[in-house]
Amino acid sequence: MNLGTRKILDNSFTAVGMGSIVVMALALLVVLTPIVYNGVGSVFFTGTIEHRTMLYKEFGRGDAKAIETQTATADRYRAEAYRMLSDFEQEMEGMSLEASRQYRSKYAPVRAAMSSLLGPLPGDPVPMLTRFQYGQTRWEKAEEKLHNILYEKKWDYSDPTVMAKAFDVPRAEEFAGTKLAPLFSYAERHLADMMQPQFTVYWGFFTDRSLDAHIFGGIWPEIQGTFFLAIGAMLFAFPLGVIAAVYFTEYAKEGFFTSILRSANSTLAGVPSIVFGLFGLAFFINTMKVSESKSVLAGALTLAIMILPTIIRAAEEAILSVPKTYKEASLGLGSTKWNTIVTVILPAALPGIITGGIISLGRAAGETAPIIFTAAVSVGSAIGIADVFSSPTPALSWNIYNLASEHEMASEIRHVQYGMVLSLVSIVLLLNLSAILLRAKISQKLKG
Amino acid sequence: MTAEHKESAVEAQATATRDIYIPSERASVSGGGRPHVVAKDFSIYYGDFQAVKKVNADILSQYVTAIIGPSGCGKSTFLRAINRMNDLIPSCHTTGMLQFDGEDVYGKLTDEVLLRKKIGMVFQKPNPFPKSIFDNIAYGPRLHGMTDRKQLQAIVEKSLRKAALWDEVSDRLDRNALGLSGGQQQRLCVARTLAVEPEILLLDEPTSALDPKATAKIEDLIQELRGSYTIMIVTHNMQQASRVSDYTMFFYEGELVEYAETAQLFTNPKDRMTEDYITGRFS
Ligand SMILES: Nc1ncnc2c1ncn2[C@@H]1O[C@H](COP(=O)(O)OP(=O)(O)O)[C@@H](O)[C@H]1O
Ligand SMILES: [Mg+2]
Repeated sequence: MNLGTRKILDNSFTAVGMGSIVVMALALLVVLTPIVYNGVGSVFFTGTIEHRTMLYKEFGRGDAKAIETQTATADRYRAEAYRMLSDFEQEMEGMSLEASRQYRSKYAPVRAAMSSLLGPLPGDPVPMLTRFQYGQTRWEKAEEKLHNILYEKKWDYSDPTVMAKAFDVPRAEEFAGTKLAPLFSYAERHLADMMQPQFTVYWGFFTDRSLDAHIFGGIWPEIQGTFFLAIGAMLFAFPLGVIAAVYFTEYAKEGFFTSILRSANSTLAGVPSIVFGLFGLAFFINTMKVSESKSVLAGALTLAIMILPTIIRAAEEAILSVPKTYKEASLGLGSTKWNTIVTVILPAALPGIITGGIISLGRAAGETAPIIFTAAVSVGSAIGIADVFSSPTPALSWNIYNLASEHEMASEIRHVQYGMVLSLVSIVLLLNLSAILLRAKISQKLKG
Repeated sequence: MTAEHKESAVEAQATATRDIYIPSERASVSGGGRPHVVAKDFSIYYGDFQAVKKVNADILSQYVTAIIGPSGCGKSTFLRAINRMNDLIPSCHTTGMLQFDGEDVYGKLTDEVLLRKKIGMVFQKPNPFPKSIFDNIAYGPRLHGMTDRKQLQAIVEKSLRKAALWDEVSDRLDRNALGLSGGQQQRLCVARTLAVEPEILLLDEPTSALDPKATAKIEDLIQELRGSYTIMIVTHNMQQASRVSDYTMFFYEGELVEYAETAQLFTNPKDRMTEDYITGRFS
């Protein structure tokens, strides 16, 4: 190959390399930006008086005085809207049967939308479900509901070759001439007066229990469950992995048995996580009966099996990278093999071992599949430390999936889902960051 | 080729033709001179390869014995066999007899851990642990059950003094040993070995990684320790062998070609091969 071609090749490789790094960075940005933006929105947002009332009633937090005065103001504006509703209801009584039936079917969605915005309307029975006991707690959601009050969504089916298109029809026109007509402009004008929006910092999002399947409240049960599962998995996998690595590097004689063990370990590292999930169900719960059904213990054991190969490998590499001279020095001083491992080799290998451990911890925190059948429930309260042997727990990874796909009111609580995603990403990033720092610190100490 | 027991000081035979310094007079060591390590038809193999061939020799106590020879002739292999460091190499095995204080080093009942406590080793490359200076020296004593801080402090100081390092590091015992210079690290390794109170010191090219100044310090140290310990030093530097040792073994391709009092071996070698080597005709 002549110099010219070699240079061109070199340069194009450099370009391709740089290009792929830039693409990766951009992709990361595209993924992370909405996560961070929306996730932060679960803590910092414009909250309504409904949010403050909810916090006060359900969690006993908030400034009772301020809430009282704000509620009084809001109620004054709401009373006007309520009056329009009841006036119209009375008006319908006096209408012809035909007209009243027509209006009634159009009026029902308006009433429902009002109730969704403001909470139970006067005269309605107190709903059983917490989710219906309050109006909209977030300002942007309130605006969304206002839109539902103002407009009826209709579908345009005129062109059968394309998908039907949605279009808005102002309800004000449909109720023109009735006593309900002024409601629409009133609601539009006085939304803020009725809702009392206010910039809110809701740290409780991380520490509160969830109310009515995440409609209100926080994600503490998930955060705690994630920690329980990940740390539980480490409690099993870390010591076992380090011991296995010591065995592989210091004690195992090269041979058939050892190579079988080694390849088993490598294979295990490549097994899809859902397989571990099913294995965990079949082995830990059905066969070993570590618990009646799903439990943190069963989930932690399953996760432990999943991360074990990674820990073993990282520890093996760390141990092998310890200079042989340390071992010689220790043995030369009359140390036993075991003592040498404990007092010299493992301390010197510690940075690598810890890095592998924390990266595995992050993986255990993030995996969903292994805990579906073994530990995770979609709704539940935070469990006590004593319950880990028998109780399942919510966990971030599983609940993110649940909120995204299975939750009946998923579209109403996107902010909760984003908040969970951000929490999980932050936890994993923090763990990895602490691994890097810890490693640097120990390495520093070892280097002197 | 058992060396003869030395009683009197060696008279330097003035041999100005060779640029090797022969000490004019070496004091005999009182109480020394008994066969400390004895090899009888002792061979060492790596798999099928015989790296050390049927060595017969008595290493005399309290004296300094140098091992010289061209690279790859088996010097390190022989030295490491004495405290069984070769056990770390799975393919390595021995035949014949090697005795330490009359006991079979490779006997079935021999505890190699105990053996290594009595036969300390310092390696070619300084290899302090990535711990503090204090912990490095205290490593051995702690290993053998010493926990009392006062006692440990005493032994650390004593060992560092013996290794001529105390004055340089006494104010920073808690610093990481890897921060020391190469020469200091090597003396630290000597001190660490001395802290276990061994009977024999094995030094495998202890100065090959050091500059001349640090080398001189290590050589002085060996002179200091001579008489208190049986010392064996591998070196490819003949001047060094002549400077520090009382006896010299010359190995060539695994065979112990000549073993004699240092002065004699360098001034009046019996074997042609030895003569060729020390006059630099091959290396
Ligand atoms: N671990 C080993 N496995 C196989 N052969 C070895 C090993 N170590 C040394 N040897 C061989 O044994 C011979 C002697 O080596 P060594 O004792 O290190 O020589 P020296 O220290 O005199 O330079 C050399 O031929 C070397 O290649
Ligand atoms: Mg060597």
